[in-house]
Amino acid sequence: MNIHEYQGKEVLRKYGVAVPNGKVAYSVEEAVEAAKELGSAVTVVKAQIHAGGRGKAGGVKVAKNLDEVRTYADEILGKVLVTHQTGPEGKEVKRLLIEEGCDIKKEYYIGLVLDRATSSVVMMGSEEGGTEIEEVAEKTPEKIFKEVIDPAIGLQAFQARRLAFNINIPKELVNKAAKFMLGLYKAFVEKDCSIAEINPLVVTGDGNVMALDAKLNFDSNALYRQKDILAYRDLEEEDQKEIEASKYDLSYISLDGNIGCMVNGAGLAMATMDIIKHYNGDPANFLDVGGGATAEKVTEAFKIILSDKNVKGIFVNIFGGIMKCDVIANGVVEATKQVGLNLPLVVRLEGTNVDLGKKILNESGLNITSADSMADGAEKIVSLVK
Amino acid sequence: MSIFINKDTKVIVQGITGSVGLFHTQQMLEYGTKIVGGVTPGKGGTEVEGLPVFNTVEEAVKATGATASVIYVPPAFAADSIIEAVDAELDLAICITEGIPVLDMVNVKRYMQGKKTRLVGPNCPGVITPEECKIGIMPGYIHKKGHVGVVSRSGTLTYEAVHQLTQRGIGQSTAVGIGGDPVNGTDFIDVLKAFNEDEDTYAVIMIGEIGGTAEEEAAEWVKANMTKPVVGFIGGQTAPPGKRMGHAGAIISGGKGTAAEKIKTMQECGIKVAETPSVMGETLVSVLEEKGLLESCTTHKANV
Repeated sequence: MNIHEYQGKEVLRKYGVAVPNGKVAYSVEEAVEAAKELGSAVTVVKAQIHAGGRGKAGGVKVAKNLDEVRTYADEILGKVLVTHQTGPEGKEVKRLLIEEGCDIKKEYYIGLVLDRATSSVVMMGSEEGGTEIEEVAEKTPEKIFKEVIDPAIGLQAFQARRLAFNINIPKELVNKAAKFMLGLYKAFVEKDCSIAEINPLVVTGDGNVMALDAKLNFDSNALYRQKDILAYRDLEEEDQKEIEASKYDLSYISLDGNIGCMVNGAGLAMATMDIIKHYNGDPANFLDVGGGATAEKVTEAFKIILSDKNVKGIFVNIFGGIMKCDVIANGVVEATKQVGLNLPLVVRLEGTNVDLGKKILNESGLNITSADSMADGAEKIVSLVK
Repeated sequence: MSIFINKDTKVIVQGITGSVGLFHTQQMLEYGTKIVGGVTPGKGGTEVEGLPVFNTVEEAVKATGATASVIYVPPAFAADSIIEAVDAELDLAICITEGIPVLDMVNVKRYMQGKKTRLVGPNCPGVITPEECKIGIMPGYIHKKGHVGVVSRSGTLTYEAVHQLTQRGIGQSTAVGIGGDPVNGTDFIDVLKAFNEDEDTYAVIMIGEIGGTAEEEAAEWVKANMTKPVVGFIGGQTAPPGKRMGHAGAIISGGKGTAAEKIKTMQECGIKVAETPSVMGETLVSVLEEKGLLESCTTHKANV
């Protein structure tokens, strides 16, 4: 789960990680009020959306007085920002972070991620702050330093210092930087982060080390024990169909194509998208109904697929293991009755109770094309939506 | 022969009294798996399906002589259950549970260092040695005893592969689902090593998906060590970057973990990769033919 930058900074502040003073604003008036309260010489007006690349898209402005704060707030609020992470449709700005400006001497990068190779959390640092770390990794990998963290004892002070020295933090500020890193690691593990990225980390003219930006991402499997983080969830930043799907414990991801997919199991769902593409079709979504789907869940899955106006046909691909084919068939029949289906529907059933499932579909009187294999089904649905 | 499990493997079920655990216990018993007991804290002394239930894994092992455990405990408690199985010095713990917080698994992996237990999973369908022992949630009847090893990160995609093999008359030695989480117990290389040493396995099919670099590392290992043919498939060739495709581990991030990169490395290492998921069986058959192994791998009459 993603949260906004200002929320991330709130979390970090609680762990003693230095961040600039700032306030969230939902309107121009609130923005001006916040700037007045901050009383800093320079104020930064920052768009709050769940995507990076805001600066380049015109979502971050530096104001020298309250009038400029008003002008920029008015300009950015309601604006649709298109960045490399938003997709072409962009994201509308509904919240601003009003923050005190600071005197930046140099920008660095600090990030915490899970390293699969070592099954550990790794802290990465680079003196190439501000740019994307992927770019640094590609062009100058020697400028990225890593510290693998032993979960039994956590990040050690010497590791933090070593990283700070390696990325050339001025030596009089190394202890401040180490304290920053230790706080960041503590926040990461206690709040079940999956990514914590500070880009840039800055050293200021008055000798501070602080997070100018903060991108925190959380492990959705751990949200049950992170109620305060869950409260930060901003539904307006998420896809409506994905929210609906999560209510029914369905794993759904919106894509750009026109063939709706309903599959059991994540691996098979991905493979189904692949085979549709192989036959020159375009999947409209990834949808895993899971192993224990009921007729009700299948019905909801159908409704979600159909709420996507781009969908011109549906491919159901089920390998019933524990999930029985007759249950799926009943769900499909029930769903088409409830929502009234006018689109081509191709169903491929295999596995437990497959004959019973096929019988239910055949006797339903519905216009369903049945397929004998994944390939057969994909070919059929692609030709039907053409 | 087979790997990890066989007809003599004695199994206990952690979380046996829960609805999922109970259902699959019945299924496993029906398949012929030697389930010897279960564990649910607080339900010790009771019986389920004629099996004794214990409060702790330690007690269950002492009383039954079990060497393997299968875990159907809800995600919030599953890490603790794995650690309990490791503490009881079982040879094998198979964790089916999906949705364990990843930092819990980081701790589990750390705890397991130097311990004797092999963990398979979490978030996996389990392990099956056809017609001998089924530990997990896979549909038993699609499997046939034979000589092709299957290893996969995905559940239903494994069923798809097994089904394609069985239909073509090719039986399986053991099928191992290593799970779709970013931190897991047994990886591709562990399973490939075991298949390489198993005299009854003649060839292997390896099914990966986007995210991480486990497939690339496994391919390099195959190139350097494997004496048996390996074919592969990678799911998620069309998945967009930055989106988590159901499995916690199936995400392309920072330009790493793409299907294209994995397929390229696998091919360079001599692994023939099926172009689509519907030709996994066909691809294996073509390689068996090439190597003169088709006859010895054909265990029953084909159905296509």
